[in-house]
Amino acid sequence: MTRIADAFVQARSQGRAAFIAYITAGDPSPDATVGLARALARAGTDVLELGVPFSDPIADGPVLQRSASRALAAGTTLDTVFGIARRIREETEMALVLFSYLNPILRRGTARAARSARDAGFDGVLVTDLPPEEASWAQPHFRDAGLDTVFLVSPTSPPSRMAEAAKLSSGFLYVVSRSGTTGARQALPRDLPRTVRRARREARGLPIAIGFGIATPEAARRAASLADGVVVGSALVRAAEQAGDRREEAVERLARSLALACRRNSQ
Amino acid sequence: MGPLSELERAFAKWGRDRRFRAELDELLRNYAGRPTPVTFARRLTGWCGGARIAFKREDLLHTGAHKLNNALGQVLLAKKMRKTRVVAETGAGQHGVATAAAAAKIGIPCRVYMGVTDMARQAPNVSRMRLLGAEVVGVDAGSKTLKDAINEAMRDWTENVATTHYVLGSALGPHPYPSMVRAFQSVIGREARAQFRKLAGRDPRAAVACVGGGSNAIGLFSAYLSSRVALYGVEAGGRGGGPGEHAARFSGGAAGVLHGTRTMLLQDEAGQVLPTHSVSAGLDYPAVGPEHADLHDRGRVTYAKVSDTEALDAFALVCELEGILPALESAHAVAFAAKLARKWPRSAWILVNLSGRGDKDLDEYLRARDGGAS
Repeated sequence: MTRIADAFVQARSQGRAAFIAYITAGDPSPDATVGLARALARAGTDVLELGVPFSDPIADGPVLQRSASRALAAGTTLDTVFGIARRIREETEMALVLFSYLNPILRRGTARAARSARDAGFDGVLVTDLPPEEASWAQPHFRDAGLDTVFLVSPTSPPSRMAEAAKLSSGFLYVVSRSGTTGARQALPRDLPRTVRRARREARGLPIAIGFGIATPEAARRAASLADGVVVGSALVRAAEQAGDRREEAVERLARSLALACRRNSQ
Repeated sequence: MGPLSELERAFAKWGRDRRFRAELDELLRNYAGRPTPVTFARRLTGWCGGARIAFKREDLLHTGAHKLNNALGQVLLAKKMRKTRVVAETGAGQHGVATAAAAAKIGIPCRVYMGVTDMARQAPNVSRMRLLGAEVVGVDAGSKTLKDAINEAMRDWTENVATTHYVLGSALGPHPYPSMVRAFQSVIGREARAQFRKLAGRDPRAAVACVGGGSNAIGLFSAYLSSRVALYGVEAGGRGGGPGEHAARFSGGAAGVLHGTRTMLLQDEAGQVLPTHSVSAGLDYPAVGPEHADLHDRGRVTYAKVSDTEALDAFALVCELEGILPALESAHAVAFAAKLARKWPRSAWILVNLSGRGDKDLDEYLRARDGGAS
């Protein structure tokens, strides 16, 4: 069983949703990212998505755009991200997902990037701008390297698309809570239960995680009542951004409250 | 992907619909001013001293460039799709102005995203868009030019897909945009081929167009793809060959993925998209429309580049010899055609797409002339 699958099994056995955190690798430095990963592990994070910064992050809102700019300004490349993952893997058993736009991976060569990611300690990969319809050539490269592949579905995905995404996914299926970009929102959309139910029908037992827009323990609690995993990114990155040198404390505090909210009896 | 499938179905349906086509045709004739003429450039031909040059006059189209062909088509489509709002990106401002005008004419609210660098160098077009009732939103991210405006327009669209159509201005982005934009721009080639045959009694030896995203070029080329006419696409050579100094994707780029399409892309070793430079905002884009990448691979179209300085010289030449102020984008095509003309005999004809007029570029031209190329 992969580390990702294991994380979901363990969370389920403890009556909670898995807590999945996103941070951009290299923002503002490799050391800072390793420090944040440590803080997230202490706070009870089950899966860590490490983002590869990209020059044109069209799926991201302002917080993650700024984060990518800072990481790129610091010279972060795919190799930097692999180096960071290696250091995190030496210290923790958190499952690690490589979160990237397609072009940096293509540029390296998909098979080669996949092998390097696996060697660095990644357990899975999620390519934001690689839709399942276009992924049939890429997915085997990732699987052959031993990586789980995670695809996104959204409220506008028809059942056929959800089924296709689920077929190509392993580890978990990622349900985007709403159409639009990443970033903290006031509330989760009202049709979220329906979206999750629809995804569940097509997921054939694969765990389902909800992301995009979840910023508070309240929202995390609601998402945890619907799904097997809850993803928080922008809110953590913003907390780190605002806290400067005290980013580890700030992120640990927020992550702890979010991880706690994933326990379904946490009312 | 859901919205892209919806758009693909809508375009497949309405693109074949007789009434839709009649409505669009009426707008193109009586609002936009089609057909635009083909003009023999007699004095420019004499100056070159070789092959004869003719212009397809898209500069005479309402709002000043070929962009309106596509904007009217897509805004009309948005209306049929019962969308209540359109968004667009713009580089030089021509697509923004065309979309704002089409939205005003057809009656639908419009928001245009534009890089703040482009807003500064194309200020008159910003005022025009606002006068036409569009909301212009400055984009202060990345290189602050066309690609960043596209990023922001795509974000807006994904956020508001239920109500909004994204009027992408060039033959790029995810399917069905490249083929849809080609379809709406192919009117250029259909008209030009017939008009040119009337003028010269046959097809030209070559057809030349500038290539930013590549919509005016694909519009012209579409009529000649299965002919023996030599086709040339002209990219922005900028001020040099180094990274960030040009927008010549075919000589300086590599295959990559940006804005949902796989094509030739200016990028660094790590796969990050490189900044671009061109004196013309409309050619200042790091990727080329995917159909151009394919035409390049198949060897059907030859892609060349023209520097800022050569384009500025051609701009002045067309003003003085032909009494036409061409867009700096189109001046790239003219500069290349003039080079070809000097090598070829008088019996040969070269058809150049004069894709837009240059009023918007006057300040940029004067700045460059007085201060040396930027």
